[in-house]
Amino acid sequence: MSPDLLLVGLAGVLTAASPVLFGVIGETISERAGVINLSMNGTILLTAMGGFAIALATGNVALGFLGGMLIGGLVALVVAFASITLRQSQVAVGFVLALLCRDLSYFLGNPIMGSAGPRLGILPIPFLRDVPVLGVLFFRQDVMTYISFLLIALAWLFIFRTRPGLMLRGIGERPAAAYVRGADVNRLRYLYTVVGGAIAGLAGPIYSLSVKAGWKGTITGLDGIGWIVLAITIFGGWNPFRAAFGAYLFSLLQWLGIVLQPALPGVPSQVLQVAPFPLMILTLLLVNIGNAEWVERTLARLPGPARRAIARTLRALNATPPSAMGTPFEKE
Amino acid sequence: MRKARPLSALLQLAAVVVALALTTAVLVVTKAPPFQAYKNIVLGAVGSWDEISNVLVSWVPLLLVTAGLILTFTVGLWNIGIEGQIILGAIFTTWALRLLQSSGMHPAFIITASILAGMVGGALWAVLAGALKAFGGVNEIFGGLGLNFVATALNLWLIFGPWKRPGVASMSGTMPFPRALWLPTLTAQSRLSPSALIIAIVAILVVYFLIRGTYFGLRLKAVGRNANAAYLLGVPTWQYMMASFALCGVFAGLAGAIQVTSVYNRLIPAISSGYGYMGLMVAMIVNYQAALAAPVALFFAALNVGSIQLPIVLKLDSSLAGVLQGSLVLLVILGQGVRQRFFGKERPS
Repeated sequence: MSPDLLLVGLAGVLTAASPVLFGVIGETISERAGVINLSMNGTILLTAMGGFAIALATGNVALGFLGGMLIGGLVALVVAFASITLRQSQVAVGFVLALLCRDLSYFLGNPIMGSAGPRLGILPIPFLRDVPVLGVLFFRQDVMTYISFLLIALAWLFIFRTRPGLMLRGIGERPAAAYVRGADVNRLRYLYTVVGGAIAGLAGPIYSLSVKAGWKGTITGLDGIGWIVLAITIFGGWNPFRAAFGAYLFSLLQWLGIVLQPALPGVPSQVLQVAPFPLMILTLLLVNIGNAEWVERTLARLPGPARRAIARTLRALNATPPSAMGTPFEKE
Repeated sequence: MRKARPLSALLQLAAVVVALALTTAVLVVTKAPPFQAYKNIVLGAVGSWDEISNVLVSWVPLLLVTAGLILTFTVGLWNIGIEGQIILGAIFTTWALRLLQSSGMHPAFIITASILAGMVGGALWAVLAGALKAFGGVNEIFGGLGLNFVATALNLWLIFGPWKRPGVASMSGTMPFPRALWLPTLTAQSRLSPSALIIAIVAILVVYFLIRGTYFGLRLKAVGRNANAAYLLGVPTWQYMMASFALCGVFAGLAGAIQVTSVYNRLIPAISSGYGYMGLMVAMIVNYQAALAAPVALFFAALNVGSIQLPIVLKLDSSLAGVLQGSLVLLVILGQGVRQRFFGKERPS
């Protein structure tokens, strides 16, 4: 492969990762607040279909993205209402919504299946686009990809460097303590679940208006992405930078699957497309195994240097979820 | 309690009504005739003996996975990996059939051995998810989801690679097995196998009595209610979690085995047909109790089979069945929440 083609390919990896990024950052915010929004797979499909339908009807791409945010926020609102106000299992409600929204998207999207619609154009940034290497990689993208770059940094700054961000972490880690400090835990959880859902709601339109433009029903090839988003959120340890790394890694692996296809004629393309998934399990295992008790016991029996090296590696990989994630908050 | 009964029945009725209203609204939005759509679904499910038998064909795997899932839910775990466990069951069954088909052994023996192999395959895949949870700290939902994708990939690889049809590999699956290796069906044309039907009914009864009337079931419930308390009282917690996973995998593997031996008579890419996820919904709607699983699973199977005609007759997507099922489950959960939150202090179990 020529260097130019390689660069274009890698730039494509960044573009393809942007919807995943919106999903992962949205989910990270929601889970940081203590609410697992398991509906992600349905949210992405429904917002992809809805965003495309709106853009198709109005001829306006921006309205498609806004529609996606609205739908994503509404689905998250159902999760919030069921889990915070009605105290039902977040996992149960999220799972049902994942299936319901998927089927809704296929049913409602049936009439517009295969229609040619508007799509997001490339917006090269003057001057910067001509910088060698970096220009192709970063500055000849569409506007949502630029926003995805910014989103990583902004989300990190918000979560770790602002007072509201501190509160956000507080209501997910120690809701009782945050409550004592004057936080209205359940109202904030509502807020962040809906905000997270709205951010994730951009993922769908990014697919249907840019990365995989159009709506083709079950063969659109988006079914499954939402589950990946949930896995990357864990892999990312609820930290936007690590989450971004996960999203880019996933996108890179998918691209490699396509690029390597001709070199591996015996392997059907469907297999290479799912190649990132076993890797995902493996990374989840590495990320979590440091928390297991038997690992600690085994480590204690190893000689000093080896023990320290392994312990350090595991700690670097380790990710501990927000401790109140998935549990309702009740003031006594 | 006496007061809660009529209320809860009322809320469940309300859930059904609202779910139907929502689905009707969805139909109206797409400018489809709601009455005709429903009529089509009903006729498509019970219009003829053929269709009724198809509903039962679909009921068997759904009931099997629901039976298994009730065990994992009882112990407090979410076995989302059930889809993969069905697939592995189908793969192991196909594998055994391929190995034994030219061995000259009695067909009844070959079929039985292959179904047993499927049960082992499902159990192995389930134990893998359970082990990731118990020893690797990987949440069973994410481990299970990942394993579903791996199972799908493995299945596709086998169909397009080592087990492809002579000549050309295709999405229509592997070469069908000879008729002698099919599980006997009701009539020559039917895909309904009486033995499969009996297996499914026995499975749900086994689960019902296992949970209701055995020490094992009692301990499963104890772990599910409060794992820490159960552990302190001397219940070996992780062993019970693994056991429930393994048993659930056996049921899922059985479902996959039946799909191969009696429904498709070969391995196809969509061998699990989403029965695993649908089973999760059935288990949720019956609040993880085995008693109501059979009728609800039958209703869900009828909706699925009934909606098959929609694309042909009305040019509507068959996912309408999923819309109705999904909104029903969602509203039942919401109704449960409303009852617990606003009428009395009953704890969710």
